[in-house]
Amino acid sequence: MKNAIGREIPDELLVNAEPYKGNYALDGVEYTKPGPTVRASIKPQESKIAGSLRDAIVQCGLKDGMTVSFHHHLRDGDYVINLVMKEIEALGIRDLTIAASSVGTAHDPVAKMIEDGVVTGLQTSGIRGRMGEAVSNGKLRTTAILRSHGGRVRAIEQGEVHIDIAFIGAPTSDEYGNARGTGGKSDCGVLSYAMVDAKYADKVVIVTDTLMDFPNFPPSIEAVDVDYVVVVDSIGEPKKIASQAARMSQDPRDLMMAENCVRVMAATPYFKDGYSFQAGAGGPSLAVYRFLEPLMIERKIKMRWAIGGITQPTVDLLNKGLIQCVVDAQDFDIGAVRSVHENPNHYEISTSQYANPMNKGAFVNKLDFVILAALEIDTDFNVNVVTGSDGILRGAPGGHPDASAGAKCTIIVTPLVRGRIPTVCERVVTVTTPGDSVDVLVTDYGIAVNPARQDLIEALSAHKIPLSTIDALKDKAYSMVGRPDDLEFFDRIVAIVEARDGTILDIVRQIKPYEL
Amino acid sequence: MEVVKTAIAGTLESSDVQITIEPNGNGTAVDISSIVLNQYGRQIKAIVLDTLNTLGVKSAKVTVVDKGALDCTIKARTECAVYRAAGFAESFPWGGEKQ
Repeated sequence: MKNAIGREIPDELLVNAEPYKGNYALDGVEYTKPGPTVRASIKPQESKIAGSLRDAIVQCGLKDGMTVSFHHHLRDGDYVINLVMKEIEALGIRDLTIAASSVGTAHDPVAKMIEDGVVTGLQTSGIRGRMGEAVSNGKLRTTAILRSHGGRVRAIEQGEVHIDIAFIGAPTSDEYGNARGTGGKSDCGVLSYAMVDAKYADKVVIVTDTLMDFPNFPPSIEAVDVDYVVVVDSIGEPKKIASQAARMSQDPRDLMMAENCVRVMAATPYFKDGYSFQAGAGGPSLAVYRFLEPLMIERKIKMRWAIGGITQPTVDLLNKGLIQCVVDAQDFDIGAVRSVHENPNHYEISTSQYANPMNKGAFVNKLDFVILAALEIDTDFNVNVVTGSDGILRGAPGGHPDASAGAKCTIIVTPLVRGRIPTVCERVVTVTTPGDSVDVLVTDYGIAVNPARQDLIEALSAHKIPLSTIDALKDKAYSMVGRPDDLEFFDRIVAIVEARDGTILDIVRQIKPYEL
Repeated sequence: MEVVKTAIAGTLESSDVQITIEPNGNGTAVDISSIVLNQYGRQIKAIVLDTLNTLGVKSAKVTVVDKGALDCTIKARTECAVYRAAGFAESFPWGGEKQ
């Protein structure tokens, strides 16, 4: 049947799941949270350090068919997934499900384990590199599940995913398992993604390369939730964990779009003292800060809080006093890592606090503005950030659907075309953020407002901001690059894209090799 | 127009296309690689064949390495490669010989 955004969802997927019914359709639903099975540690015990990763895996009782979880705070520098999976493979354990907050090119070796049947299930909020190719080409023996960051913790907290063992890479830990995101030699700033895993997994293993004196406080992961601590040589490559601060874009096209984003913000009733804000880490999104700063000074207003994946431009405004506090669920660069260490107004939060739609109210629910990019956006304002123009999985829903659904004003900023690929199109390949949570599109050829937001159309018009329509922008794009052929797929469904509330938003089919 | 030697036009820069044309004994063969193959492969092939046809090329081996070029670029690069392959050194008859 067709879901609320017109995507055909095969009936066999709707036996145990519901089709997407709209952003807030499940508001007010009541449910009981499941709990982990815990092994009590009553006897005095000096240390939880296991002799090796292998020892920890064996002592946790990992068996065929179980689910193991990982986080991606170490980003492209992560060694932990490969280290753990290599030991698991060597132990001859098979048929595992990986429940990760994201996987990427750092985990290319795991693609082979998908082909070999060591890994037969995958649930993640991002997928790139060989893993994406393996899943897109139908190598995974089950259907992968793609969830937003909020959707992932929701699935854990509602018991849809049961994690048998959580392997949590931590920059520092003590011998009892109090682990922190900051410090050590592989500093990633925060451990937000892993906090929920630690509370809901049966077994929790901390993997660290820097042992601290007990107690390593204040902890991101508490020792009361930890079974074993494993010390390895290195959990990641620092240069790839936190990049040098991204140079602010000097591309005139990026700057023009960023300036227009700020004009749109300033024309809404939400741009006032005490507002809240999130921006993605793309060039135009980051450049928004450059135009926000002078306008905030001119209007004598401050931002109460900024949230999200944090970058240097956010930290700069925090240090200048233009942002009063930063709530942080991921650090993208060294500036953000350093700030969460040093600035008392820069707080680490859990991903559930950030974005879980089914808790009692996440931070995103109170957002005024979010500015995000898109690989594609269609004339219904549906956004794709996961499948490339060749139909291969190479992206991440991440927090995009969560912040979009929560914010009062969601702005997508993207060039009209990238090379020959039209960004604004008739129908996105895969919907990752539904159009009912997207309000404004800013491109280099014009601005379009979702017709559902007549209030914003009036506000922007009153400020003399020239508006186009998304259909006109799509026509403009196609007139430049030609209408693209539809991608061709086999029937085999390789991935389900869940909406943040767990209903089915879209599906991804196996890509068919192209024939001229 | 007859292809008498191997010729190249275009670059491998983003949004450009490199066209190589070689003599071919019998008929025309087109080989295409493109970063936008899944969405534009057939359109690229059509514009190359159309351009060859306009120029009266009856046989050629054409290799297209596309980096996301627009149709106008593909057409211009193809024409240029044909003129070079046909032995023109200057005064290219852009757009084909007037009928």
